[in-house]
Amino acid sequence: MAALDLHIDDIGKRYGAIDVLRGICLNVAAGEFVTLLGPSGCGKSTLLRIIAGLERADQGHVRAGGRELDAVAPKDRDLAFVFQSYALYPHLSVYDNIAAPLVMRELSSLERLPVIGGLLPGAVLRKRSIRERVGQTSALLKLDALLERRPSALSGGQRQRVALGRAMVRKPKIFLMDEPLANLDAALRIHTRGEIARLHKEMQTTTIFVTHDQAEAAALSDRVAVIFGGELRQVAAPADLYREPVDLDVARFLAQPFLNEVAVAAPMGGALMIGGSRIIIRDALGSGQAGTLAFRPEHATLVDKDQPGALAVCVTRIEHAGMDAHVFVNAEVGAEFVARISAERARPLRDGDNLGLNIDPENAWFFPSSGSRRPGDHSGAA
Amino acid sequence: MILSVPAMLLLVALVIGPAILVLFLSFTNASLGLAGIRFIGLANYTRMLTDPGFAQSLRNTALYVAVVVPTSIGWGLLVALLIARSRFAVLYRTAYFLPVAATLVALATAWEAILHPSLGFANTLLQLLGASPVRFLSDPATAIYALAAIGVWQLVGFNMILFLAGLSTIPEELYEAAAIDGADRGLKRFLLVTWPMLAPVTVFVTVMTIIRAFSVFETVAVLTQGGPMKSTSVVLYTFYQEGFRFFRVGYASAISVSFFVFVTFLSLVQMRVSERRARWKASGGQP
Repeated sequence: MAALDLHIDDIGKRYGAIDVLRGICLNVAAGEFVTLLGPSGCGKSTLLRIIAGLERADQGHVRAGGRELDAVAPKDRDLAFVFQSYALYPHLSVYDNIAAPLVMRELSSLERLPVIGGLLPGAVLRKRSIRERVGQTSALLKLDALLERRPSALSGGQRQRVALGRAMVRKPKIFLMDEPLANLDAALRIHTRGEIARLHKEMQTTTIFVTHDQAEAAALSDRVAVIFGGELRQVAAPADLYREPVDLDVARFLAQPFLNEVAVAAPMGGALMIGGSRIIIRDALGSGQAGTLAFRPEHATLVDKDQPGALAVCVTRIEHAGMDAHVFVNAEVGAEFVARISAERARPLRDGDNLGLNIDPENAWFFPSSGSRRPGDHSGAA
Repeated sequence: MILSVPAMLLLVALVIGPAILVLFLSFTNASLGLAGIRFIGLANYTRMLTDPGFAQSLRNTALYVAVVVPTSIGWGLLVALLIARSRFAVLYRTAYFLPVAATLVALATAWEAILHPSLGFANTLLQLLGASPVRFLSDPATAIYALAAIGVWQLVGFNMILFLAGLSTIPEELYEAAAIDGADRGLKRFLLVTWPMLAPVTVFVTVMTIIRAFSVFETVAVLTQGGPMKSTSVVLYTFYQEGFRFFRVGYASAISVSFFVFVTFLSLVQMRVSERRARWKASGGQP
């Protein structure tokens, strides 16, 4: 199926005095799966709605396949939208819900009438073609047994599949999904996530997926676009985003579930000072500003307290989580850290134990207080 | 339990008691001013079925209802759809709701002035347009329609408010889904989203309007007193005349009981339909 590339050019949106979106630029290749990730209220849904044409941007342009979309009605943009609440037509059966986009486009008002419509020769053929396509879609989504039901007689996961079916049946060039998994329970969410990934593989449709769940974003996307306060902060593949967050907000948002942070003075000679300890990290080169040192719990190791170069810490709490354990420690300099170590190694540890903490120099980040680090500067060395 | 006793007593004294009394009276030949009541069984009801006066009033009422119900519902819906997104919604809403809030008897007097055969504004307008004047309220051919027009004028606002309330409960996302599915405006969108989602309100409005149209009384009492030539004598006016003019309390009670049964039946139908609707309306497309 043909997919379209999508270009978002300097989109801005204001609600009263509030800038919801500021100068968003994003290029999505044909067939790519891009997630808009950010906390609630960051403007990611608004951006999606602007792409769909449900909302007007105050500035900027949206183009798809070389066509300017700004003045095009939503129905003529050749895209489909999956709503968070699914927005199924409650009075229509599953079949009629899935068929709705086809019926609305391909049949005239007269042909849609129950009895008279059946007498018009053209309508009969078109209705048969609609029935075939709905059948294909419902088979793909395993909805065949439910076609006669009303949405109210379906479970959340089934409704979600109907919403997907209604979006897919028209074979749109671009899929827009607004937190389609948010209303499902945890197990179903992971299952449906897999379904969406499978469908995208099969259909290769350009997809923009909005979520606030970083695990979802990482699992599904070719690239993730992180939005904070109406600004696009970083666009990167999930693995790169994990390794090289561009600023502290992004790093915090992508840390699961903890991020170690400590305020530090400007680095000197490739090292940062925490209390009396010199911490050598890759990131500390070339910056003359004070800022924040941040690293993930999995990039901290607990060692013997006398090991040279290690930060002296004291265990305050241990949280076991299956394979791993989170060990909360207090540094002598007054900072709190979390280290993630294997459950096996956490077993002998007790509250009050005195240990040393080592930070992985390749995976710790220094964020200057004035803004963002420049990921990629060091990637060659890493 | 004990705390509900005063309310219970009032309910019995003011509502249930009189209702039972009326039911009892409808089986008697009670007449105000005459001593002695005799139980006459269903005679009042059989008389109702054979009384040409009552049959006439039924026909008049049916005509009135046939005009008022579809017109006031259709017009109310149309106005609600037109003003729902208008910037002047508040102004329109107030203007259309005024007849509902005002006293009908007072407004009926105003209508009398407007419809006056020689001095009225309506005929002045007709003459300006080159038509010959119409004796709206004193011509047997037009009187019931003039009353129906006033009835429509009075009910449109009420229906419009109910439709507006119904429209405001339709989730915006359904309209957005429709916009993407290809039904972004006009009749397509109305038939795909608005009309089906409005169905419970429409049922309610229809039943309420039928009941209110059947209960027409004030305008008849003030403007035509059932005339000319009984052309506007409606059910409730007949009831009023039988009970309070001719003091035939038993017969009036029978009319009253029949009317009550009819209204209760309509209300039950409405409740059954909305319950059935509520099942899918409640969970619909919502999470």
